[in-house]
Amino acid sequence: MAKLKIEDLDKITEDVRRKMTIREGGGNVKITVHMGTCGIAAGARTVMSVFLKEIETHNVKDVIITTSGCAGLCSKEPMATVEFGDQAPVKYIELNENKVKKIFDDHVLKGKFVTEYALSIGSERIQ
Amino acid sequence: MEDLSLHILDIAENSINAGAKNIEIVITDSLSNDLLTIEIKDDGKGIDAEAQQKVMDPFYTTRTTRKVGLGLALLEEAAKDADGQLKLESELGKGTKVYAVFRLSHIDRKPIGNIVDTIVTIIAGNPELNLKFIYKQDDNKFVFDTTEIKNRIGDLEINSIEIIKFIHQYLSENVNKLL
Repeated sequence: MAKLKIEDLDKITEDVRRKMTIREGGGNVKITVHMGTCGIAAGARTVMSVFLKEIETHNVKDVIITTSGCAGLCSKEPMATVEFGDQAPVKYIELNENKVKKIFDDHVLKGKFVTEYALSIGSERIQ
Repeated sequence: MEDLSLHILDIAENSINAGAKNIEIVITDSLSNDLLTIEIKDDGKGIDAEAQQKVMDPFYTTRTTRKVGLGLALLEEAAKDADGQLKLESELGKGTKVYAVFRLSHIDRKPIGNIVDTIVTIIAGNPELNLKFIYKQDDNKFVFDTTEIKNRIGDLEINSIEIIKFIHQYLSENVNKLL
């Protein structure tokens, strides 16, 4: 295959635009990967890369992925939070490639919590 | 941290938490001078003179803003292990520049690691950020700028998966041959 050039983006952009008129999604699932010093040292970047790869492989359009800082539970890193539709956010802990794939298949794609990898369900709030 | 690309990701996250809109990452490896340098420059809120004295202390952190933590101390240690040093220049309201230098051939110098995943992670997690990445070698120079990407894709999001995929492949082809 020929080497990619910046100009190749024009065709990709055109393709994406054409497909966009057919599908309308827009952020049904939000994934937040915790990217503090602790998270990065524990493997958060791999978690991010695996999520991106899964999104690409499954060709899903309504998933937003973002990063946040240290959540204060450094010993449980790498961590990620998944919010599916209106359901409560779920914090997953001590992630690795296989756990991320399972979370993607069950929770991100089907809305089914993976309780064995979860720390908690719901977000912390100070009253 | 296993390699330098993870340190770079960590320092860039500091910049983002400091409200940076523009980040420039420059890696220079020079065989002729036996030096490897990493420069991370941002236009975040900056660190005042008093705090600059303390940021290298691993036990100093601005926890309320989570701006600085262990990250700089770890990078400084990595630089010193490889006969190098870390310099910090910052001005309140203007931004911060972190500059780390390593002896390229030093046995304890950490490898650069997967710099492509670092750049892709920063972009995917922070689509509003303008990121410039420059990789210089003695006779080669590679420049990547998200502003150029954004100009080409117009109203599309830079973190849409097709664009991220392009960036990943484009960087891999251009950077991995230099490493």
